[in-house]
Amino acid sequence: MTPPSEHVHWLFATGFLLLGLCLLAEAIVGTEVWRRRAWRAYLWPGLAFSLGVLMWPVMVFYTNSTIHMIAHGAWAQVLMLGGAMELGIVRGKLRSDWWRLGMTAAFLVSGTALLVHEQNPWLFQRSAFLHHLLGWTLIVGAVFPLLRCIRPRSQAVATGFALTLVLTAVYLYSDRDVAPVFGHISPLAGTPRR
Amino acid sequence: MNAELVTELEAPAQRTVSARLVSALGPTTALAGIVWALVQPYRVTLLHPRGETFWWLFVQPPLLVIAVGLFFHFVVVPGLLEDLEER
Repeated sequence: MTPPSEHVHWLFATGFLLLGLCLLAEAIVGTEVWRRRAWRAYLWPGLAFSLGVLMWPVMVFYTNSTIHMIAHGAWAQVLMLGGAMELGIVRGKLRSDWWRLGMTAAFLVSGTALLVHEQNPWLFQRSAFLHHLLGWTLIVGAVFPLLRCIRPRSQAVATGFALTLVLTAVYLYSDRDVAPVFGHISPLAGTPRR
Repeated sequence: MNAELVTELEAPAQRTVSARLVSALGPTTALAGIVWALVQPYRVTLLHPRGETFWWLFVQPPLLVIAVGLFFHFVVVPGLLEDLEER
């Protein structure tokens, strides 16, 4: 009854897309306006935390190797940690902007885990390509949450942070279990489904 | 012209641009989902169900994108526009 792994990627893409839209809206209207309603202030940090929680069932049900289990477990932990720190900032319990390093850590650990647990080369097939692309996008994109510690009111940094998550959603939606990438697919990958 | 008056004129203009941008996010997302469904109709299994299992009928990426756009537009944006207007 567990969904195929590509469906899990698409469900997470939906979460990341909503997360990206919320952050984009916050970047446009400014944090002061965005946080005027309590439910809205907690929306995206809560969503990030929930995505972390939802990574645990992924770890349990999609463990086909030790490296997958470690990667999914690490994602679960850092997403929850990053989300929790942002929740603490919104609540006012955490006052220093340096607590935003939690999200930087989430990006770096997630990116590294993606690269480490994808053991096929870039053009093996689409999911391999996307795992490499996602990994490097998150590692490079970690500069945005890092800059949020230094310049928390910068609209450009907030927009970059939001667009990184929207891009992550696009990559996740593009994922298929077996599919070619730019016309390439290894004969070892299996038969692609349309 | 007095600098204070220029500031007063610029503030509503800035709010209008922000309001338009925020209002466009949801419809743009939903439109992207519709375009995706038209380009790859086979990703919407509801259009041609042939013994598909539950997950293939429940998780259809273009429809999810449209749903996110609509949710954002009708749930998040209205209150945000009100707060932007009150600022």
